[in-house]
Amino acid sequence: MYGCGDCTTACVLKNRIPDPFDEGLSKRSAAYIPFPQAIPLKAVIDQEECLLLKKGKCSKKCVEACSREAIDFSQKEAVRQVEVGSIILATGFELFDARKAPQYGYGIYEDVYTGIEFERLTNSSGPTQGKILTKKGEEPKSVAILHCIGSRDENYQKYCSRVCCMSSVKFAHLVKEKTDAEVFEFYIDMRTFGKQYEEFYNRVQEEGVNFIRGKGAEVAQVDGQLVVRAEDTLLGAYREIPVDMVVLNTALVPRHDAEKVAQIFGISRSQDGFFLESHIKLDPVTTSTDGVHIAGCCQSPKDIPDTVAQGSAAAAQSLAVIATGKVKISPVSAWSDPDICSGCRTCIPLCPFKAISFDEGRKVAEINQAVCKGCGSCAAGCPSNAIFVAHFNNQQLLAEIEGVLA
Amino acid sequence: MNTNFEPKIVGILCNWCSYTGADLAGISRIKYPANIKIVRVMCTGRVDPTFVLKAFQQGADGVLVSGCHPGDCHYVDGNVKAMRRAPLVTELLKQMGIEEERFKLVWVSASEGEKFAKIVEDMVSDLKKLGPLVPVGGAVKHA
Ligand code: FES
Repeated sequence: MYGCGDCTTACVLKNRIPDPFDEGLSKRSAAYIPFPQAIPLKAVIDQEECLLLKKGKCSKKCVEACSREAIDFSQKEAVRQVEVGSIILATGFELFDARKAPQYGYGIYEDVYTGIEFERLTNSSGPTQGKILTKKGEEPKSVAILHCIGSRDENYQKYCSRVCCMSSVKFAHLVKEKTDAEVFEFYIDMRTFGKQYEEFYNRVQEEGVNFIRGKGAEVAQVDGQLVVRAEDTLLGAYREIPVDMVVLNTALVPRHDAEKVAQIFGISRSQDGFFLESHIKLDPVTTSTDGVHIAGCCQSPKDIPDTVAQGSAAAAQSLAVIATGKVKISPVSAWSDPDICSGCRTCIPLCPFKAISFDEGRKVAEINQAVCKGCGSCAAGCPSNAIFVAHFNNQQLLAEIEGVLA
Repeated sequence: MNTNFEPKIVGILCNWCSYTGADLAGISRIKYPANIKIVRVMCTGRVDPTFVLKAFQQGADGVLVSGCHPGDCHYVDGNVKAMRRAPLVTELLKQMGIEEERFKLVWVSASEGEKFAKIVEDMVSDLKKLGPLVPVGGAVKHA
């Protein structure tokens, strides 16, 4: 069932490779179990780092250690083609790179962490076994948590990342639980929107966390001491607070490859770069391409309950299509008249859904009605007027224009 | 100039953003001039330059094509196609002696009812300054 992990301790590169799961805060081997909840919970070999795979030379301590003789260095990456009736995109998000906002000192000062790094610090399987420690290995006496780093900010992302208020409150709670440190939380507005969230916020307030309404403006170091500068908008005063540790809760942003993925699946993205749903309220899991569903943070930033809900919805909608074995298509679709079509192929690249193919035998364009969405781009481009869009054909639209001007 | 001149505008609006945006203007009881008559298409990518020419031929004083913001098109990039065709339309209009200000391509999202009303208002006032479209060669139908 579970990997024994003997190879991971035997690997000659043990404790040498920064572990991306711990955000580089800890080191692992080239043979490793990706993370404690990995499915399957088994060891893999990092082909980028493994000496044998990279340089062809290694004492192969892992092979020696493996009592099941499970290690096979001849395995290769394989690309398989799978035919499916429906696709769910749940490609997730990336975190805003805090280095892009140098005023917060990330990557410049020690003990300035991002939210996800702090998350690993407090995790019992993390680099410090769950102890909150500064780089010097000491327990901090004061911790500042800054909301909205890279979100709700005209200079970076304008949108609200939705999850950070609650995770920041949770961070504050964890600091209070695990240390005696004083906690300062800098927020623009507190958005505790979900079930029992407000209750949790109230509880953390009672734990004695200092909530300061005002966005953290700058993190500086004065005589070796970290200082957070901000305007406290409730006091109407400028404040400088010395702390031992700063946590920057960074924005959720679309993945760097979101545009490419959108192109591959023929779906759109909204202005913020996340995948666009068919309808923001009434159809949040389907996309402009039938059979392609979206779930989770690839659609917009959301927390775990919302992600689970959307994931379940996407799964159910996918199954509904597969179970009926039929797809409903819109009555608005295009058709090309082979008697008029001159075979110029102008329409083919115009179709965003790759619905038009060229019939080599008859030398005419052919539109796949099941794939066509009826946008009419092809009809507008057809020099021979051979394409008819049901309900929106040239005759109808021209008559309508005539009608409104009559 | 005839101060009572009420320009006729044909608005060709995409179903997903601008048509809904115009609808929102209505639902929110935002007032905008009744000079615009709306024709719905599924996407601005559907707008054949012929439609614009037809509108002018039929006596329109202005034509407004409005779609989703770039990147928001329901059909991936129909609005980009419209954007590419627009200069062609403007060029054709110029050759026919029709002022290019009479044709406009704009982006209005489904939530921008107010923006839609503002665009129509501005266009009406611009067209009022410009005056009615003067028919050249009698091809234009008199209103
Ligand atoms: S759907 Fe609105 S411009 Fe294409």
